[in-house]
Amino acid sequence: MAAGKERKITVALAGNPNVGKSTMFNSLTGLRQHTGNWPGKTVGVAEGMLRRQGIEYVFVDLPGTYSLDGSSEDERIAGEYIRSGAADCTVVVCDGSCLERSLILALQILPQCEKAIVCVNLIDEAKRHGLCVDGEKLSLLLHVPVVLTAAGRGEGMEALLEQIKQVSAQPPGGEKTPWQDPVAAAGQIARACVLSDGTDDEVFRRRVDRLLVSRRFGVPFMLLLLLGIIWLTVWGANYPSSLLERLFDLGYAGLSKWLSPLPWWLKGVLVDGLYATCARVIAVMLPPMAIFFPLFTVLEDIGYLPRMAFLLDPYMARCGGCGKQALTLCMGLGCNAVGVTGCRIIDSPRERLSAILTNAMVPCNGRFPTLILLGSLFFPDAGAALVVAFCVALGVVGAMGVSGVLNKTVLRSEPSTFLMEIPPFRRPRLGKILIRSLLDRTLYIAGRALTVAAPAGVILWIFANTNLLASASAFLQPVGLLLGMNGVILLAFILSLPANELLIPVILMATTQAQSLQSVAGVGEGLLQSTMTWQMAVCTMVFTLFHWPCSTTLMTVYRETGSKGKTAAAFFLPTAVGCILCILLNLLL
Amino acid sequence: MEMGLDRLKVGQQATVQRIETDPLLMQRLRLFGLVPGIPVRCRYRTPGGSVTALEFCGTVVALRSRDIRNIRVSC
Repeated sequence: MAAGKERKITVALAGNPNVGKSTMFNSLTGLRQHTGNWPGKTVGVAEGMLRRQGIEYVFVDLPGTYSLDGSSEDERIAGEYIRSGAADCTVVVCDGSCLERSLILALQILPQCEKAIVCVNLIDEAKRHGLCVDGEKLSLLLHVPVVLTAAGRGEGMEALLEQIKQVSAQPPGGEKTPWQDPVAAAGQIARACVLSDGTDDEVFRRRVDRLLVSRRFGVPFMLLLLLGIIWLTVWGANYPSSLLERLFDLGYAGLSKWLSPLPWWLKGVLVDGLYATCARVIAVMLPPMAIFFPLFTVLEDIGYLPRMAFLLDPYMARCGGCGKQALTLCMGLGCNAVGVTGCRIIDSPRERLSAILTNAMVPCNGRFPTLILLGSLFFPDAGAALVVAFCVALGVVGAMGVSGVLNKTVLRSEPSTFLMEIPPFRRPRLGKILIRSLLDRTLYIAGRALTVAAPAGVILWIFANTNLLASASAFLQPVGLLLGMNGVILLAFILSLPANELLIPVILMATTQAQSLQSVAGVGEGLLQSTMTWQMAVCTMVFTLFHWPCSTTLMTVYRETGSKGKTAAAFFLPTAVGCILCILLNLLL
Repeated sequence: MEMGLDRLKVGQQATVQRIETDPLLMQRLRLFGLVPGIPVRCRYRTPGGSVTALEFCGTVVALRSRDIRNIRVSC
């Protein structure tokens, strides 16, 4: 069929946060929009496509909102898109287990678009609550087609597509009268259309939920859980890491032999530069990520993160922040750029800014491996997991402390109100989690790191062999020593601005050149141990937590704040904290 | 008995009478379905009692106790 004859239907997905829009979007388009069981997961607008029977469906996943009047950035984006009429058909996604609240938004959206469908999602969850939604009655009352779906299981997707096709083929309907009082109307309609049979299979889940956030067990359980995740990551990463190292060592030997006819410098660039750097980045970083991400995704999927934010809000409030900052810090554990973008969920502009500026103080997964490696090398008795956990705690305390100081000085204002939705517990979809977190997050981030590591390896090797690295690190030596490290380590921090994963490879590259040792593809633990004292390791770990964010994060800060000054603040704030701490440590140790 | 929403005990249910809190918060709570006449249940509360999770209209929402002191309920 000629491309010009293909019908194109643009479909907007709108609705409250956390009603499964992203799940539905993924199920329809096969795209991998990241989903999570907490409100505010989708920031910005995602677009995906589906070709079916000669029709091209373009789905637009709007950020979840509670209204369209635009009190937040997300609401403004969603509202503007719906009003613009860019979509041929708007699907208002509702939550079957709390239809009333979903309808409040639906009743605001429906009068604003010509062609709309109401999709009652999560009917499987509603059923577990003993609730049954009468779709036909709802359709009569709302004057639009209604489809019942369970997007997580793919139920009702065909019916939805069919309905979209029909609705967008119809001529636009007549003038629609807006509801006088959407809130009251939503209540009436929901009561008329939802039947409850009085059963509730959720009793057990509720009991677990209550225990997890209980006054007595909530906080200790949260700490144990985080410690457990870090322990599993550190302990579990050991074996695959050493296996990968051995594998890369073999590859190194084979590659050197195979490329031996080449001129020494070309072989050096390819093997000692490109191959060794990439191999080190992968060996150090892939195993912890492959363990941490699935575990973290389980927490996200079952809905534990908002409960954590709930438990932490009192502590955050003391620093002038709010519990949602805990969520953004958690996102920062994965990637600080994501954490900075995630700060959009914070309502108060000043709290949001302080959260953006301090997000890079929690170690992202690019820095995790450095902490794990140094921790397990220099503190084998204390248990690497405890050391890493302590580092994460230090990062969180640092972030909270600095944003507390900011909130009470430069960013001072009236205390703001706090409102956060806590979604129901959902059973984790383990298979999906494993695939999503391994393929999408782990491989994606590993790929991104490699695209930086490969050219960096080449450049580094050239620098190292033209003595540039040596003279630069000699130049930085006094500053490095003042910070309790040395010139090489400080240089490595500077050179790993594009990606923090480069830190250890750069240190190794610079040291092997200085000692004219034949480099190995592995992480060279012995080498690190021979050139670093434990005091240096401590300072390096502290500086790993508190130094300038990577360039991706800085660019994200600039995009989010639109201000060079604020981006500079995001650069200098953690750096200043790191310098002060390291100088103090250097004096004390 | 009428009281502030922050005084509700964990597990207790009450009916909203009057809402006189921060106008912006009031507007947002309305969008969640919190209007006079609807039943509200206290689901859980943080150790210090400063944050309360309330259930209404099928949703659980966390709010600070000082923000909901002026939402009057009766039970």
